[in-house]
Amino acid sequence: MKNRVVVTGLGICAPNGVTLSDFTKTLQRGTSGISFQQELKELNFGCQVAGKPSLKPGYVNKYFTPLQLRGLNASGLVYGVIAGTDAWNDAGLSKAEEDEPDWDSGIIFGTGILGVDKFRESIHLVDAGNTKRLGSTSVIQTMASGISAYLGGILGSGNQVTTNSSACTTGTEGVIMAYDRIQSGKAKRILTGSCSDSGPYVWGGFDAMRILPRKYNDSPSAASRPLSASASGFVPGSGAGALVLESLQSAKQRGAKIYAEVLGGAINSGGQRGGGSMTAPNSMSVRRCIKMALNNSGIVSKDIEAINGHLTATGKDPVEVLNWSQALERSGLDFPYINSFKGIMGHGLAAAGSMECVAAVLQFKEGQIFGNVNIEALHPEIEKLVDISRVPIKTIDFKPKTIAKASFGFGDVNACVIFKTFKN
Amino acid sequence: MEEANYYQQLKGIVKPYLPEDVTVDDISPESHFINELNINSANLVDIVLDVEDAFNITLENDDMDQMQTVNDAMAIIDKKRSSK
Repeated sequence: MKNRVVVTGLGICAPNGVTLSDFTKTLQRGTSGISFQQELKELNFGCQVAGKPSLKPGYVNKYFTPLQLRGLNASGLVYGVIAGTDAWNDAGLSKAEEDEPDWDSGIIFGTGILGVDKFRESIHLVDAGNTKRLGSTSVIQTMASGISAYLGGILGSGNQVTTNSSACTTGTEGVIMAYDRIQSGKAKRILTGSCSDSGPYVWGGFDAMRILPRKYNDSPSAASRPLSASASGFVPGSGAGALVLESLQSAKQRGAKIYAEVLGGAINSGGQRGGGSMTAPNSMSVRRCIKMALNNSGIVSKDIEAINGHLTATGKDPVEVLNWSQALERSGLDFPYINSFKGIMGHGLAAAGSMECVAAVLQFKEGQIFGNVNIEALHPEIEKLVDISRVPIKTIDFKPKTIAKASFGFGDVNACVIFKTFKN
Repeated sequence: MEEANYYQQLKGIVKPYLPEDVTVDDISPESHFINELNINSANLVDIVLDVEDAFNITLENDDMDQMQTVNDAMAIIDKKRSSK
């Protein structure tokens, strides 16, 4: 007997909002979280706009002890702890007692690279022959699993505590990993999510690859243009999203609120074959991943009412829409609603999947499909596939029953998760 | 005179590293950092760095090994400062 799995808590620390209510409002209104970054200008970046969570001075004090704050220089870790702690509280859960961990709760919290600024600090000290001055915080802030380790200690989790890493697929992959673990009875609750650092050392490599937009340094909110004819690259982002996944039984016993059910999902790779590469997805494997997710969820194509795509605003958006259309065998007016949240948050890289899963699930709560921004004209290749009415440019009132959310990452890796409105 | 001064400064340095069940009033000159004040050994590394900054001295690995109690720390600080 497999356990049903539901979402009982959400947390966010995103460029467009660091609380659930602000995040929801910006999604409803299409308010951009992308801003000009003086630092990038001074460093001669081509793209000088980015998505970075805005934290008021002292905001972190309620999440970290004074001791933890000493020498803390790992932005992704800060975002992850904020989102993770908030999700746990949102689920109505408390921290484990001092003497014994909560054996039934685990953490699967991913990242791409953690504590880049801390690592830079350490490199300078080491190169100066001053290794002794690194102190005790250099390792824990720069190890990839630092984020799950911090959250595990704060909450007192006694189940699996780990960090997954699969580039821009990370957050969505984590949801499916958490789902699998709860479904199989190995945990009752998993706090899953992902985080990504801000700053030039994370974003520089993408600027060098010339895949970031360069024409919008004076108009940041117009820079990220998923699905649009004038899309010219993804806007680098950062932040964290977190979800508490829980067995339905446990949620019911606690009388927890339920945002949605996780019906199932799929993870695969294109093997960098058949047109796939380190940086581009193999379309066959994308379609296969979507179909496997439907199959795993026990639903058919026509059940999908909304898609939240990966849709980064590079030239690959039309290919992604074509893959959805072929995998679902749906097009034109029959195509589900489709949106991308990257228009207002930018591409959160390792954090993208989790921030977008949080947003996708909020659509159930609000009974809305959040609108796309910056589409003055739909990309002509996309318009051939999908009726324009299926790509809302304003938030619409529509209660979706089933939402498919996919993320694709460097390394030719894919994840697709299916969320459903909860019915007993 | 200097000693009392070191002692108060040291208490201030150690305070943020104390676990919840130990207070600054529990600190005495004889306190063993790890065994009595329950300071985790990783944090002792940070205390050494804070001591270096506060007293403008440099501690070598041997000094760090010998710094087991508050008294040890005061003796090392005194030695380093007087040899400057």
